Amino acid sequence: MQEAAVSMRHISKSFGKKVIANKNVDLDIYHGEILSLLGENGSGKTTLMNMLSGVYFPDEGEILVNGEPVSITCPKDAFDLGIGMVHQHFKLIDVFTALENILLGLPKENDTKSGRAAVEEICRKYGFELDLDKKIYDMSVSEKETLEIVKTLYRGTEILILDEPTAVLTPQETDKLFSILKNMREDGKAVVIITHKLNEVMEISDRVTVLRKGENAGTVLTSETNEQQLTEMMVGEKIVLDINRDFVENKALRLEVKHMTVLNPDKKKVVDDISFDLYSGEVLGIAGISGSGQKELLEGIMGLQKCEEGSSVIYYSTAHGTHELVGLDTKQIIGYGLHLAFVPEDRLGMGLVGNMGITDNVLLKRYRKGSGPFLHKTLPRQTAEKIRSELEVVTPDLEYPVRRLSGGNVQKILVGREINNKPTVLMTAYAVRGLDINTSYTIYNILNEQKKKGVAVIYVGEDLDVLLALSDRIMVICEGRMTGMLDGRTATKEQLGYLMTKTGGAH
Amino acid sequence: MSLSQLISWCVAAITFGTVIMYGCIGETVNQKAGGLNLGVPGIMQLGGISALAAAFIYEKSVGTPVPVVGMTITLLASMLAAGLGGLLYAFLTVTLKVNQNVTGLTLTIFGTGVANFFGGSMMKLSGGVGTISVSATSSAFRAKIPFLSTRFGTFGSIFLSHGWMVYTAIIIAIIAQYFLSRTRTGLNLRAVGENPATADAAGINVTKYKYLASVIGAAICGLGGLFYVMDYIQGTWANDSAIEALGWLAVALVIFTSWKPKNSIWGAYLFGLCYWAYIYIPAGISKFFAAKLKLTNLTYMQNLYKMLPYLVTIVVLCVVSRRRKRENQAPASLGISYFREER
Repeated sequence: MQEAAVSMRHISKSFGKKVIANKNVDLDIYHGEILSLLGENGSGKTTLMNMLSGVYFPDEGEILVNGEPVSITCPKDAFDLGIGMVHQHFKLIDVFTALENILLGLPKENDTKSGRAAVEEICRKYGFELDLDKKIYDMSVSEKETLEIVKTLYRGTEILILDEPTAVLTPQETDKLFSILKNMREDGKAVVIITHKLNEVMEISDRVTVLRKGENAGTVLTSETNEQQLTEMMVGEKIVLDINRDFVENKALRLEVKHMTVLNPDKKKVVDDISFDLYSGEVLGIAGISGSGQKELLEGIMGLQKCEEGSSVIYYSTAHGTHELVGLDTKQIIGYGLHLAFVPEDRLGMGLVGNMGITDNVLLKRYRKGSGPFLHKTLPRQTAEKIRSELEVVTPDLEYPVRRLSGGNVQKILVGREINNKPTVLMTAYAVRGLDINTSYTIYNILNEQKKKGVAVIYVGEDLDVLLALSDRIMVICEGRMTGMLDGRTATKEQLGYLMTKTGGAH
Repeated sequence: MSLSQLISWCVAAITFGTVIMYGCIGETVNQKAGGLNLGVPGIMQLGGISALAAAFIYEKSVGTPVPVVGMTITLLASMLAAGLGGLLYAFLTVTLKVNQNVTGLTLTIFGTGVANFFGGSMMKLSGGVGTISVSATSSAFRAKIPFLSTRFGTFGSIFLSHGWMVYTAIIIAIIAQYFLSRTRTGLNLRAVGENPATADAAGINVTKYKYLASVIGAAICGLGGLFYVMDYIQGTWANDSAIEALGWLAVALVIFTSWKPKNSIWGAYLFGLCYWAYIYIPAGISKFFAAKLKLTNLTYMQNLYKMLPYLVTIVVLCVVSRRRKRENQAPASLGISYFREER
């Protein structure tokens, strides 16, 4: 067998004392092949590759390039060795042109003129389309991705690492990218693509290395494996989704959403004429590619987004009467018993204050109920204690900053606090984002209990298997339009996948 | 207003403008690398007092001071002291990653304190308030251009009758502009200020750039203090923290120029015109507005005029942010410390 372009031996890396990102990982990358690095969120794929690109330095282990042990302490070391990485968050400077970004940081002999000629040559060779004088802020994601790859190639990259390159691309753009990657393979370059999409792995790669919880779970040839085997390698054992889904009798209409339309700051419709009903004692799943308007829809109901003329949300409740919610402010809507637990990508960005403990975070949502200028902490402290014991939140004490807790614990607090307010309508978005399977199940159980108590639950999720197992009904949205409403017990994954990408809406 | 009044207004504006032009260019260089140094007033004070101290010691120790020697010593002392201020800022904000705002404000307080302490000491040594004089050195800074300054009529009186540092400021502004927008090093420096992670990934030594920008920027700021002491108040000292006020105007001017040193050439003079407006605006106009505003005392009007530079800055900020042109905005990572391993 040929010599490996890059070999990583016994690599370990941890952040702080608690977070172990990689543990004793071995990995080989060869010239003239495309290697997929597969793993769930948080399995340490990006961290491992960042150690090759010089962003991080391994705590333990050895890296060999073409058989020679090397020490990569900064990104410059990496591209001196011919290793180039395209990060998930593009490393481009918005106010510079494409060419300026390519030439950035290079020695003087790469002047604008000769640089331009060389870049144009690369574009011709591999089939890139790129306007070199365009400013980055005028570019689409796909153009930025292209630019990033051209940039690494201009720097003489022999080993190209792509971190989830297709996450933001359309299918057509993905095809184009893949054909370019194949050209590069023909040219003898080594390509690593980090991904968690199985179909892409099967389509493009020659070999697959799977990471699980920071460790190497095995390497297989793509031609000798299948999606089922890869899934098992990713999650450790064959997962059987077994979520209790009771049928609650005597459903009552809670929310009637009619013609909801929300514009984003650029006056584009992010929620486009969506109408649906929500009943007590049911879980309504919302499926859709991330960023299809889920967040804006829920925020529109909560009065956090301005709804356009013609939108209407009628709320029926035995305790609070019937109300039109559009036009009311969020404080009143919360008062009526509607609660939203939204988990953004960075998990802390919305809902909790990182530097405060559980008690203070509970207090945030109820201080208006107190009288006088002073805070009464007794009750919030009891609530915090209840959340901690019932949801098994692991924290040194109730005043410990939630920022320092693990993601799972933070999310339990977020959901626990909303439940504690005894909602009649509970909306959650991405409640299990980044959580391990066990903690996710705790959250599913919490939602199911709420449903049994007669709460109307909305669950916005990413994982289709979970949506199918948890929801009574599933609403599918695509680009802000509702493309279908399915029965959760009979719907199939294929149906959902089709509706999720059905651009143009149901009309 | 007579022609002679107009001329003296313009001359005063140019002298004033030169002080803040130095401060503005220095701060622009630093801000373009992402360092929001609110210590400009303090650094200008450091530059001013060390210039004065150097000239003071030199002139005291030599019987007949040679102006050119005094000038050289003064320049070096001023840039060294101010550069050290910049080094301290860089060490705190880049290496120790202390909050930039807090560091800058502290540096201002520190610089003012140091300047007033040594200013007081020198007054004692020389025999009382207002007695410090480094006339020989100061004269070297104030020497006018031979032949040219007395010709070309009004134009000559306004633009050609200044000490050499007025013209150096313009030259430095042009060099800084060219450096930032046209050179490879300037591109790298701007990249550091826009997005240090990207610059880092492109192989640029972020720490080195930030340190150099801070030190060199501070040294240029220090020249502003030097010019103030040697030319503007003609080689003496008063413990009135007047430089501090000018330092804040220099920071405002950075925003006014939308981070382009070339704009500081006219921007600084405009600020100068605005600043001195309260003396030169004809009494008739003041009386008219005073009557409109029902003000009994005309000094109230003067205080209102003194707000003009700040008012102009606010207007420009509004206009610039309305236009939303990305190139005219502050560097994207201004004021933010860079941690490579942050996640």
